[in-house]
Amino acid sequence: MSNTMPVEITVNGEARQREVEPRMLLVEFIREELRLTGTHIGCDTSFCGACTVLMDGAAVKSCTLFAVQADGAEIITVEALERDGQLHPIQQAFSDDHGLQCGYCTPGMMLSSLALLAENPTPSAKDIRKALAGNVCRCTGYQNIIKAVQTAAGQLRGA
Amino acid sequence: MYPAPFRYHRPGTLGSALKLLAELGEGARPLAGGQSLIPILKMRMDEPSDLVDIGRLAELMHIRQEKNRVCIGALATHARIAVSAIAGEIPIIRDCAGGIADPQVRALGTIGGSVSIADPSSDWPALLHTLEAEIVCQGPSSKRAIKINDFIKDSYTNSLADAELVTEIQIPMPPENSGGAYIGFKKAAPAYPAASAGVQLTLADGNLCRDIRLVLGAAGPVPVTSRQVEQQLIGQPLAEKNLSQAAEALVELSDPPSDSRGSSEFKRAMLRSLFMRAANRAMQRAGGEKITGSHDYV
Repeated sequence: MSNTMPVEITVNGEARQREVEPRMLLVEFIREELRLTGTHIGCDTSFCGACTVLMDGAAVKSCTLFAVQADGAEIITVEALERDGQLHPIQQAFSDDHGLQCGYCTPGMMLSSLALLAENPTPSAKDIRKALAGNVCRCTGYQNIIKAVQTAAGQLRGA
Repeated sequence: MYPAPFRYHRPGTLGSALKLLAELGEGARPLAGGQSLIPILKMRMDEPSDLVDIGRLAELMHIRQEKNRVCIGALATHARIAVSAIAGEIPIIRDCAGGIADPQVRALGTIGGSVSIADPSSDWPALLHTLEAEIVCQGPSSKRAIKINDFIKDSYTNSLADAELVTEIQIPMPPENSGGAYIGFKKAAPAYPAASAGVQLTLADGNLCRDIRLVLGAAGPVPVTSRQVEQQLIGQPLAEKNLSQAAEALVELSDPPSDSRGSSEFKRAMLRSLFMRAANRAMQRAGGEKITGSHDYV
């Protein structure tokens, strides 16, 4: 049963067309078809959030979504954050505040954070914890991640 | 992990989706938000020949009040329900919708999908008992409403006929002086609760119980409810003593399995404690207090 179907998914502002098997997951589409490997596969069971991307502005787990379901959607991955060699404020804050150690969860953490900040520019520490509840980090103990999101929130409000 | 191969269909209307499901027969599954189904397919616990993607059917996305009832389209996501006016008016709905899994899952997961999958640990089937919800099931040439308790037959088993879909959840508006609360305990946000409890009640003068619905979730193959235990509280003033007795009677009926979320004994202890907390919060809300809260996780 090797049927394929055409999809057009706008990833980081660029419309990308491919013929895909319906069972292809969005994360595989992003990594294998588009070779954008900043989006990580962690648990592959919808738990860890390493694969988080934005779909039409909402944070979603790209390992729990078929590419065909994202047909016509706008996806933002971590590769969209840096512009002209300038880190995005969320990236700068994760770096400055040591919001990462191994870095595996970081792309997902940052995209969930951006979804939060788009909705709530002045989140409390509790708001941040709730917004990042679907993203697991096994290194940092989360304290510096919370701090980084608060720093980025300040930067983005000032910008 | 990849699911086994399947054919994919994306009909444009509910009518064509129902027709297609009927034509494709028993190998076909509807795909809504996919947040339960896709993990099941990836683990190859199910290998359907066809997926019928109903996820974009705008006619199933409504959340509205019609006279004395709330009508929630099957494709309303947990995230949308959590911030809807309905959730503002009936706090127990917000407890549930805002507490399911994590933001990413709530953005895609739907109420219709959740009740249809009938996972024994999922929140909506338990919650909907407390509101006496009816599930509207539609087939190519039929439409019926079934009480939630009749809809959920067993673990992962609903009472949908072939080619039937859940299209709407109908909830009667609670009367004046009502309040409810639903609390689940989970080890981490993305997990299902290890245990949950819901209480929806209506108070008469003082703490006199005019009406009450109780439920324990993740406590056996289907939500644990008991009309008998509820009736023992009706007409009585609600207090620590009779609520503890009700908790004990419900826990007696529960059968939580020992698994990675905790031993059976641990879960029973959690069920008792969650029930008492939910009952107290329900009473406070019925008394007019505004209290936010949902699942607990560490």
